[in-house]
Amino acid sequence: MKSLEELKALKEKAKAEIQLRNQDTGLRVVVGMATCGIAAGARPVLNAFIDELNKRNINNVSVTMTGCIGMCRLEPIVEVIDQNDNKVTYVKMTAEKAARVVAEHIVNGNVVAEYTVGEELE
Amino acid sequence: MEFYRAHVLICAGTGCTSSGSATLFTEFEKCLQEAGIDKEVKLVKTGCFGLCAEGPIVVVYPEGAMYCRVTAEDVTEIVTEHLVKGRIVSRLLEGGAKDDVKADAGETEFFKKQTRVALQNCGRINPEVIDEYIAYDGYAALGKAVTEMTPEQVIQVMLDSGLRGRGGAGFPTGRKWDFARKSPSDKKYVCCNADEGDPGAFMDRSILEGDPHVVLEAMAIAGYAIGSDQGYIYVRAEYPIAVNRLKIAIEQAREYGLLGKNIFGTDFSFDIDIRLGAGAFVCGEETALMTSIEGHRGEPRPRPPFPAVKGLFEKPTILNNVETYANIPQIILKGADWFNTIGTEKSKGTKVFAVGGKIKNTGLVEIPMGTTLREIVYDIGGGIPNGKKFKAAQTGGPSGGCIPASLIDTPIDYDSLIQIGSMMGSGGLIVMDEDTCMVDIAKFFLEFTVDESCGKCPPCRIGTKRMLEILEKITTGKGELKDIDDLYELAAGIKASALCGLGQTAPNPVLSTLRYFKDEYIAHVVDKKCPAGVCKALLQYKIKPDLCRGCSLCAKKCPVNCINGQIKSPFVIDQDKCIKCGTCMDSCKFGAIVRE
Repeated sequence: MKSLEELKALKEKAKAEIQLRNQDTGLRVVVGMATCGIAAGARPVLNAFIDELNKRNINNVSVTMTGCIGMCRLEPIVEVIDQNDNKVTYVKMTAEKAARVVAEHIVNGNVVAEYTVGEELE
Repeated sequence: MEFYRAHVLICAGTGCTSSGSATLFTEFEKCLQEAGIDKEVKLVKTGCFGLCAEGPIVVVYPEGAMYCRVTAEDVTEIVTEHLVKGRIVSRLLEGGAKDDVKADAGETEFFKKQTRVALQNCGRINPEVIDEYIAYDGYAALGKAVTEMTPEQVIQVMLDSGLRGRGGAGFPTGRKWDFARKSPSDKKYVCCNADEGDPGAFMDRSILEGDPHVVLEAMAIAGYAIGSDQGYIYVRAEYPIAVNRLKIAIEQAREYGLLGKNIFGTDFSFDIDIRLGAGAFVCGEETALMTSIEGHRGEPRPRPPFPAVKGLFEKPTILNNVETYANIPQIILKGADWFNTIGTEKSKGTKVFAVGGKIKNTGLVEIPMGTTLREIVYDIGGGIPNGKKFKAAQTGGPSGGCIPASLIDTPIDYDSLIQIGSMMGSGGLIVMDEDTCMVDIAKFFLEFTVDESCGKCPPCRIGTKRMLEILEKITTGKGELKDIDDLYELAAGIKASALCGLGQTAPNPVLSTLRYFKDEYIAHVVDKKCPAGVCKALLQYKIKPDLCRGCSLCAKKCPVNCINGQIKSPFVIDQDKCIKCGTCMDSCKFGAIVRE
C-alpha cells in the first residue's frame, strides 16, 4: 500500500462485492419461482438476470425470488421494484427478454413496455 | 467480479463452532450444489453475531434473515425453500414461529437497543478476507493518521474523545499514549492485551475472531502516535480460532503493505507479532503480561515505573485491551465529537458485555454507556427464564462485585459502578436469579483467585486463602459471627497491601455481597440455613409423612441407598448417609420430599 488513493480504489472494488449485504440496494428484481413459474421456465430467466448483471458489473441490484402471484398463465413473471416501491411487472419472460430488461430498464431506466403485464392484458 | 444473488453468512465464532456451525458450511456447499445454485449463492464464514444462546446462526442476504439453532437437517430446507423458491423459513427465525417474526434481524429487540461500534464488523464481514474489512473503511483511519495527521494530532483526538480503557480500570487511553509519546527512547512498544481471563467474559475473543484487522489497524495507529515500530499481541492459547484468524490477518496486512516498512509511502514502519499465553489469569495484569512476553514467568512487578515509562524490555510501552483498540479506527475517521455523542459525561462510547448466567439471550451485547441494567437484562437479554426473579448481576468478574435487584436502574458506566461497589471490569455480566446463594458466589470467585494467584506477594497468596477458608466454614455451617468481622479485616489488609490489581481487587466479590446480602451471611452463620438452598451442608431433604404414599420410587433411585421404609407407609431418609444430591426430590411423583 503506497498511497491513500490505492486504498480507496481497493475499497471501491471490495465494497461492490459485498453490496448485497447492505440492504440499501437500488433496484430489486423479483422472479416468481413457484411451481407454475418454474414449470414455465423461470430458472433460465433468473440465471439470465444474474449473468447479465455480472457481465455489466452491476452490483447494486438484488435478485430474489418469490412465490406465485396468481397469474400463472403469464409466468415466468418478473417484478422490478425501485427504492420507492414502484413496481413494474414483466410477464412471459425468457432469457432473451431478461437481457433486454437489464439493458433498457435497469441500466438506462426505460421500462420495456411491450413485456409488461399491461400490454399483455390488453 | 462475481455477482451473487444471495450471500449466506455462517457464524464461525467459538460459540457457534462448538454448537456445530462448521458442519453447516459443508452441508450448505453440498445442498447448493445439489440444487444447482452454487454459482449464484455465496457462502461466507463470519464472526460472532452476539446471540450465542441461539447458535449456530446463519444469516441470508439480501433479506437479512437470521436463522437460529440451525442443524444440518435444516440446511436442506433453507436451500430448497429460501434460496430456491424465495420463501423465508419462518420457523427458524429468531423468536421462533410467532406471527410477527421479523425477517430482518436488525429489527429484533435484541439488536434494536444495541449500538455497535466495537462489534460493528462482527457478523458482517468474513474475518479471513482483508478486502471485506477494507470495504467497510478498513485501514482508512491508519491511512488518514499517517498521511494527514501528526502524532500529536492523533493523541489530541484520542484525548478529546474521552475513550477509557475497556479492560476494566478505565484509564483514559489518550493520556496513556501521551505519556508514552513523551518518554524519550530509541525503541518503544505497542502491546495488545488479549489475555481475556474473567470467568464468563468473551468479548475480546469475539472481536479477534470476527474482526481481527481492526486490532491490527488500531495498534499501527498507536505505533504512529507514540513513535513505535513493533507491536505484540498477547493472546491466550486457549483461543485457537482467534489465534488462527490473527495469523491470517497479519499475513494479509503484510502482503498489502499495511504492516511492514514505509506504510502508505511514508517513513512510518510498523509490524506486529503474536505471543501466546498459557492461560494464567495474572498474565492479564499489565506488568505480568509484559514479563511473560519477555520470556519470564508471568509475575507482576511493582508500579511505578509505569509501562509508559519503563515497560516491555524496559522500554516505554503502551498496553491496551482488544475492545479499546476496536474503537480507535472509527474515532480517528469520524472524529472525537462523534464519539462524544455516545455515552455519558464521563464514560464515552459503548461497552460490550458478555451476558451469561440465568438469562434467556446469553451472548454478546454492545450498549451505549449509561444504559441501565434493567434494559440489558429485560429488553436485550429477554429476561430471566422459568419465571424466576432477578436477584443480582455480577460485573467485573473476580475483581468486581454484584449489583442487587434494588439497584437495577443504575446507569452502567465506570463511575456509577464503582460507586455501588462493583466495577466495569472487562465486561462479563453474570445474571443471577433467586436460586443463587450469594455466599456461594463469593466463594466461587475467591476459589478462582486463590487458584490463579501467582504467589509472588503474601497478601494475595496467603490472605485470599484465609478468606476462602472462612467462607468454606460459613457455607458448611461451622461459621461464627466473628468470621464476618475477620472477612472485613482481611479484605482491608489485602486491598491495601497486595502487589498488583489481581490481589488488590480479589476481596471485592466478598465485600460487595456482604454489603448487599449480609442477611444471607447471617442466615448461614446464625440459623445454619442457606436461604437459596444451594449450600449442601446446610440442607436437609425430608419426606413429609402425610404426603408420602410409600411407593418406594425414591428409595430405588437413591444412589447411596439411604432411604428406607415399608411399602405403602411413609419412607424416611437417613440424614447421616444422605449426600444431598436431590435425586429423590426429582423422582417423587407426589411432591412429598422437601428441601429445607
